[in-house]
Amino acid sequence: MNNLQEFFAMGGYAFYVWTSYGLTLIVLLANIIMPVLQRKQFLRSLALKQKR
Amino acid sequence: MFLIPAPVVRFFHRMASPPHFYAFTERLMPWLVVIFVLLTAAGLYGGLYLAPADYQQGDSYRIIYIHVPSAWMSLFIYIVMAVAGAIGLIWRIKLAEIVAISSAPIGASFTFIALVTGSLWGKPMWGTWWVWDARLTSELILLFLYLGVIGLYGAIDDKRTASKAVAILALVGVVNIPVIHYSVEWWNTLHQGPTVTKMDKPSIHVSMLIPLLLMALSFKFYYVIALLQRSRTELLLRERNAQWVKTMISEAK
Repeated sequence: MNNLQEFFAMGGYAFYVWTSYGLTLIVLLANIIMPVLQRKQFLRSLALKQKR
Repeated sequence: MFLIPAPVVRFFHRMASPPHFYAFTERLMPWLVVIFVLLTAAGLYGGLYLAPADYQQGDSYRIIYIHVPSAWMSLFIYIVMAVAGAIGLIWRIKLAEIVAISSAPIGASFTFIALVTGSLWGKPMWGTWWVWDARLTSELILLFLYLGVIGLYGAIDDKRTASKAVAILALVGVVNIPVIHYSVEWWNTLHQGPTVTKMDKPSIHVSMLIPLLLMALSFKFYYVIALLQRSRTELLLRERNAQWVKTMISEAK
């Protein structure tokens, strides 16, 4: 438990380290999710158009 | 073509065909994701947990495991974008144009990450979020170049014309790449010199170097995954009236 607390404290630099990692995670995830959602939506609209 | 083995040539010829590219990348994706997750897990475990704290910078140096790979990627992706743009410009290969423009937002993201994590590292170490030194300024210009490419592409309706314009802008901007790389040697900067790519011996301990290289490799795989996702979407948008798209959709029903 103490070990885990120490890990998250990052020797007093927790704010700088975890903000860096968190922000990176958000930006990298968004870069995958956005094009995938856009493609799914586009495929759905194409399928709908073909049905008519 | 005499130096390149025939199967490799055949592979690239087939990959340049949109329906083949679309189907092949779909099958490839799970493998890429598995390799990426393993590399990232190993890199983060090694970097955040196993590696010791730096004797000067304490634990704050751990930002290096995303800062440096991101900065490397920001340069690498720019070169890929410019080369793909040139191939599209010369041979008018549609998929090269798509690879070029799909790289831009990913490159911009890595440049943004390199700048912000650098700032978050600079604050506790240098006592300031930002200085106008050569390394930081040239990296900021790289971000503007990426944004310029994205903006220019969006401003031109005909996407084949847009790709030509974008390729020329990307090629002109290549001049900035060596400036960024050598900025810490050419000018006196606050930014520290290279620790890994020094010619003689990297001045970094193995327990820190291995996770750094793992993260660099993981970001390479991330780039391929993100690039393929964007390229597939862009390809579909451009080829919406092509027969293979219509066939694919009617078969999916």
